[in-house]
Amino acid sequence: MMPDIGQLALILALGLALLLGTLPLWGAHRNDERCMQLARPLAAGQFVFLLLAFAALLNSFIRNDFSVSYVASHANSMLPVHLRIAATWGGHEGSLLLWLIMLGGWTWAVALFSRQLPLPMVARVLGVLGLITVGFISFTLFTSNPFERLLPAAADGQDLNPLLQDPGMIFHPPLLYMGYVGFSVAFAFAIAALLSGEVDAAWARWARPWTLVAWLFLTLGILLGSFWAYYELGWGGWWFWDAVENASFMPWLVGTALIHSLAVTEKRGSFKNWTLLLAILAFSLSLLGTFLVRSGVLSSVHAFASDPQRGLYILLFLVVVIGGSLALYAWRAPSVGLGGRFEWFSRETFLLLNNLFLLVAMGTVLLGTLYPLAIDALGLGKISVGPPYFEAVFVPLMLPVLVLMAVGPFVAWKRGNARRLWQDLRWALLGSVLLAGALALVARSTVGVALGVLLAVWIGLATLWHVVLRLRSGAPEPGRWWRRGRAVPAAFWGMVVAHAGVAVFVLGVTLVKGLDHEQDSVLAVGERVQVAGYDFHFQTLTRHEGPNFIAGRARFEVSRNGRPVATLHPEKRFYVVQRMPMTEAAIDRGFTRDLYVSLGEASAQGKWGVRVQVKPFMGWVWAGCLFMALGGLLAAADRHYRRQRLAHPVPRSTGPLGELGELAPTLP
Amino acid sequence: MTPRTKRLGLALLAMGLLSLGLWFVLSAFQENLVFFFTPSQVHAGQAPAERSFRVGGMVEAGSLQREADGLSVRFMVTDHAQRVQVRYTGLLPDLFKEGKGVVAQGRLHADRSFQADEVLAKHDENYMPPEAAHAIEQARAAQGGQGKQP
Repeated sequence: MMPDIGQLALILALGLALLLGTLPLWGAHRNDERCMQLARPLAAGQFVFLLLAFAALLNSFIRNDFSVSYVASHANSMLPVHLRIAATWGGHEGSLLLWLIMLGGWTWAVALFSRQLPLPMVARVLGVLGLITVGFISFTLFTSNPFERLLPAAADGQDLNPLLQDPGMIFHPPLLYMGYVGFSVAFAFAIAALLSGEVDAAWARWARPWTLVAWLFLTLGILLGSFWAYYELGWGGWWFWDAVENASFMPWLVGTALIHSLAVTEKRGSFKNWTLLLAILAFSLSLLGTFLVRSGVLSSVHAFASDPQRGLYILLFLVVVIGGSLALYAWRAPSVGLGGRFEWFSRETFLLLNNLFLLVAMGTVLLGTLYPLAIDALGLGKISVGPPYFEAVFVPLMLPVLVLMAVGPFVAWKRGNARRLWQDLRWALLGSVLLAGALALVARSTVGVALGVLLAVWIGLATLWHVVLRLRSGAPEPGRWWRRGRAVPAAFWGMVVAHAGVAVFVLGVTLVKGLDHEQDSVLAVGERVQVAGYDFHFQTLTRHEGPNFIAGRARFEVSRNGRPVATLHPEKRFYVVQRMPMTEAAIDRGFTRDLYVSLGEASAQGKWGVRVQVKPFMGWVWAGCLFMALGGLLAAADRHYRRQRLAHPVPRSTGPLGELGELAPTLP
Repeated sequence: MTPRTKRLGLALLAMGLLSLGLWFVLSAFQENLVFFFTPSQVHAGQAPAERSFRVGGMVEAGSLQREADGLSVRFMVTDHAQRVQVRYTGLLPDLFKEGKGVVAQGRLHADRSFQADEVLAKHDENYMPPEAAHAIEQARAAQGGQGKQP
């Protein structure tokens, strides 16, 4: 019964999405207010039915309804219930449904938080989102229906891939999709702007918080995926330049360029065309990522099924969306205009450089990802492009970005002052050079490590100094840094925190890449191995039974200079339903280092292969990403996005009370 | 400076960056592209001797041997027509198994054995690395072709 309700709900949602994708756009074109007014209720209705469909599938998973083919192939009655919930998006069909409720949710959110927008703009934005929803619902219904029945019902399910049986599965896909799908809002804003021909500071002010929120979710999603791979794949790697990772990284790079370009469009009215193009590009890359991951052209743990029909559909959808929007861009962009002028030496130029470098870097990732596919498709042989390529190309392109990003915030809009800049930055420059130089000489680090530390400290010091200057400026009020800090807009704090996050991230990556220790050895119970001053003692090996696996669990006592540091329990699991072995690594996380032990397989004479790793500053990599996401959140929460809402369209906020409106809760 | 020259300057800057990127890409491609060869191709001498490449197929049943140090292994990769001996030192992936698909990346030795620095297996029970599947298909096609010849 439930699956049928889900199916029905999905069909109804398609109907509403079709209306949403046509009527409001038509209304905006003909200036028909009634048609435009329909956009908000349609968006809400569509979301309700999508939620209902998703709830139906979730219900089938929780009840172990193996008469649903998708449930039967992705769950098992032995699977714990929290993982059965996550299994809802553990396969192709369900992850599409997840994508859909995200899209429906974003659309509904736009409908809800767009009171300050002129009605034609709302109608256009929601209409474009409706069209995208039509594309995805029909893809789901016609090629990958999650509610398809299995007759007769299976006695039990085939279980979820053991690699996916982890709390990471609960959080990583929804966060990542929030980011991917969130760029559809920026895209819809761009298309709406092209349709209406109005791109101004107000437009950028509306589009900016949405883009920031999408970007921060994407950041968190990528972070979680990487964090998960780090402990789950069992061998201590955290970024593999795998095509699927690249698929999420490319929209992130363009999204990063976009939030910077939007800043220019909002503050100075420049870069209008460029901003629109970036918005189109970011969403196109999200779609391309979906195509790469879902069509089966890639082989990875993410690629669930290879069905040529699905691949073809997504490819067609991709061509229509990207081709259509670029055609619209080519047709309408000249009428949008270029915007404000600026001198060579200005913040605009620095942000433009940031954009260009990020885009070129994205291009090299795109090339490395697509080239092997193209060569294979043309029948010219099979090749692979591995991490060495990406490291050789990507890192040199990022170095100037890192140097410039410390400088950019100090340069004034429109026309900068080079002498002032030198006065502001000389101490940060001196400090970072001295520190990195000392490190290279005293600790005899490699050039690469010294360079990485130099850049991280440079960004960190410059960012810190920027905060000090900002707090010192303004009214000569004595002391009261706290009050001044509160007077500074949240967007400023967002930038500062995100840039500091980059510094932390760069430091983490540099040190973990440059100074990690790794050793494979073969140990019997009672033996020990020394790595980087730590002593790993293999004490016991016991049998351990989980809900749907059996495991050998080792106990390692780690000590340093005779003092105990940690006890680690790496496991070798065997998942009984899928008959699949799995390495479950054990990690002791610390502020300055991670200790990482994973069990290989048993060799002769009861000895076990063991990989021991000491990874300095690993946690800083994660912390850096978290800071970046937090920066995005702070910037998106800036009051001035909300001020507009209350300042102009609402009549009740006239008079002095209007100012108090700012303090009201954000929800309209 | 007129807006026109400035726009020209910006375009030149963008072009410059783009060509810099392209230069990085091309030189990195030159060095880091890894080609794939089937065991039959390796036997026919088509694989390069001095650079790293990938070989894939099935791990021949009963061919896995461990050296005395417990970490080094030897096994045969076959496409059911030819086989290549692969040596590897380190921990094998979880899903490495005799009779299952595998892809190894490394270099060819003078004695025609293959020294791998990376061994990749599949992600789940139903899935075979496409390169390995490809190798077996190729060999089967080649054998089928020979069988038809008089």
